[in-house]
Amino acid sequence: MRWLKSISFGAICALATTIILAMVAILIGDVVWYGRERLTFEFITARPRMGITEGGVFPAIVGTVFLVVLMTIAVVPLGVATAVYLNEYARRDSKLVLAVRLAIQNLAGVPAIVFGLFGCGFFILFIGRGIDVAGFGGRLVFGQPCILWASLTMALLTLPTVVVATEEALRAVPQVYREAACALGATRWQVVSRIVLPQSVGGILTGAILAVSRGTGEVAPIMFTGVAYLLPYLPDKLTSQFMHLGYHIYVLATQSPNVEATRPLLYSSVLLLLILTFALNLTGILIRSRIRRRLRTG
Amino acid sequence: MKVTSPSHDSSSGPSTASPHPAAHDLLGRRSRRLEAVIEVAIRASAFGVIAALLLIFVFIGKEALPVFYSEEVRQEVDMRRLFLPLKLDGGSGFVWQPVATVPKYSLLPLFLGTLKATVVALVISVPIGIGTAVFCSEFAPQWLREIVKPVVELLAGIPSVVIGFFALMVLASWLQSAFGWGVRLNAITAGIGLSLAVIPIVFTVAEDALTAVPSSYRDGSLALGASTAQTAWRVVLPAALPGIFAACVLGFGRAFGETMIVLMASGNAATMSLDPTQSFRSFSATIAAEMAEVSRGSAHYHVLFFIGALLFVLTFLANFFGHWYVSRLRAKLQGKTR
Repeated sequence: MRWLKSISFGAICALATTIILAMVAILIGDVVWYGRERLTFEFITARPRMGITEGGVFPAIVGTVFLVVLMTIAVVPLGVATAVYLNEYARRDSKLVLAVRLAIQNLAGVPAIVFGLFGCGFFILFIGRGIDVAGFGGRLVFGQPCILWASLTMALLTLPTVVVATEEALRAVPQVYREAACALGATRWQVVSRIVLPQSVGGILTGAILAVSRGTGEVAPIMFTGVAYLLPYLPDKLTSQFMHLGYHIYVLATQSPNVEATRPLLYSSVLLLLILTFALNLTGILIRSRIRRRLRTG
Repeated sequence: MKVTSPSHDSSSGPSTASPHPAAHDLLGRRSRRLEAVIEVAIRASAFGVIAALLLIFVFIGKEALPVFYSEEVRQEVDMRRLFLPLKLDGGSGFVWQPVATVPKYSLLPLFLGTLKATVVALVISVPIGIGTAVFCSEFAPQWLREIVKPVVELLAGIPSVVIGFFALMVLASWLQSAFGWGVRLNAITAGIGLSLAVIPIVFTVAEDALTAVPSSYRDGSLALGASTAQTAWRVVLPAALPGIFAACVLGFGRAFGETMIVLMASGNAATMSLDPTQSFRSFSATIAAEMAEVSRGSAHYHVLFFIGALLFVLTFLANFFGHWYVSRLRAKLQGKTR
């Protein structure tokens, strides 16, 4: 009786693992199977036509890239500086370090839609309107949804990812390097900028890549901070609205007047997004596992 | 590794004789000022993270507060009407109907909907996530572990809009034809979709907790003649229990605030039912669906921010306690092994 019970516990755990593997396989298999046909060169380079039942997703790709580039410019310096502070400048157990860590943990848990609300209330209505009143005589320029505010909102959402990844890399730099540099008379910033940061490029890259992957697919925070349903033009300045791959999938799946006609395009959009996020995540995971190995051996 | 000597950035090395002793200083005055500026900038960005969290709280709260005091808003809605039964034509009840001649903002249907989907998601993802974590840390050989973990990481990387798409287009049809439900988009469909987003969190936290259990526990148990499964069930799992609990709490936080999956797969009908085979409307989906159409400053607008504040506070508490449990577990296990 007892051996039966012990075998069944192991079996239940194995079953759970099988279920996860199966779920992932089914999801990916379904998307690849139905999406591969229409994922052509034309699909990537053409604009949507015929009420988004024909054509491609080119504007959505451009918008996503624009968004992600702006977001990276904002989030990487901030995230890296925070990680440098936590790991190089602050005393290990100070109250402030604890508070910053707590803030990062909780920031990571805030629902994406709340970031969207915040972007609307803070960036658009407070900062944007403020700029308009101060610099444009109240004319509506920055005080409306646009790619600048969407990317800053996204930057806030991905900040914990960058901080955590960078910190991990900073910790992997052996302490003796710092001590050696200090012994040679280097100041703290010289140690950080010439020794520690060059050694942690991998981790910073991982953080940036994972953040980009998140920014490519996350929809909720940009829904009312700048994304548009369908645009005849490409975004060309900070105050334009933009199309986004993830949002485009949402639109195709739920707002289409003719579900059957958009289905092939919907599937290939999902496949494209999955390929992008998987490629980004895999790169990030690979770099990270190399850092972890060094952390263990070093 | 390239170690550049720090002395080369001031031209006055020890070799150039200088008339004043201060010139022997490795740093000139200008680079010392630069150093100070950089340190301030780095400190400022660390404070910036705390400030960001506070700003989120302040700005969501600022737009939510008029629900309490603004006369104009209170003509349409107040605390009583948000939480207590409304007087309707045929008696009283709870109705979410923000666009109507007499707008009705009862939060209870939304709360029930959110809760329904969250419970379904946790019922699925907690056993699967923890089971897989136990399998990985206690039973699986190394090579299998190196397959399962990246797969879960990939699952964590799938954007929620893709999971929502899958639940809406594929899962819903399969489940409906399998069980013959009258409503295609319901709490079970959305809950299964949600569980795909929650499983990676539960797995990661639980696995962390299990591997934090010292191997001396396992060795002791095995030496006493227990099998691997007995050790896992009677020794390792109880030792890691706070971490397992934290995994559930963090999973709850994720499921409760998740937007896109629920928005796409829930049917978005604000019904007052606990039946999981009925459509529902969640807090997060309500914000996502209605925010774009409200006019700024209307009662509806402030109620949406009020919902956002509720979501923020609830997920904040879930995260806070989740991480607190994790750190307590760490301290406990480390204290015992020392």
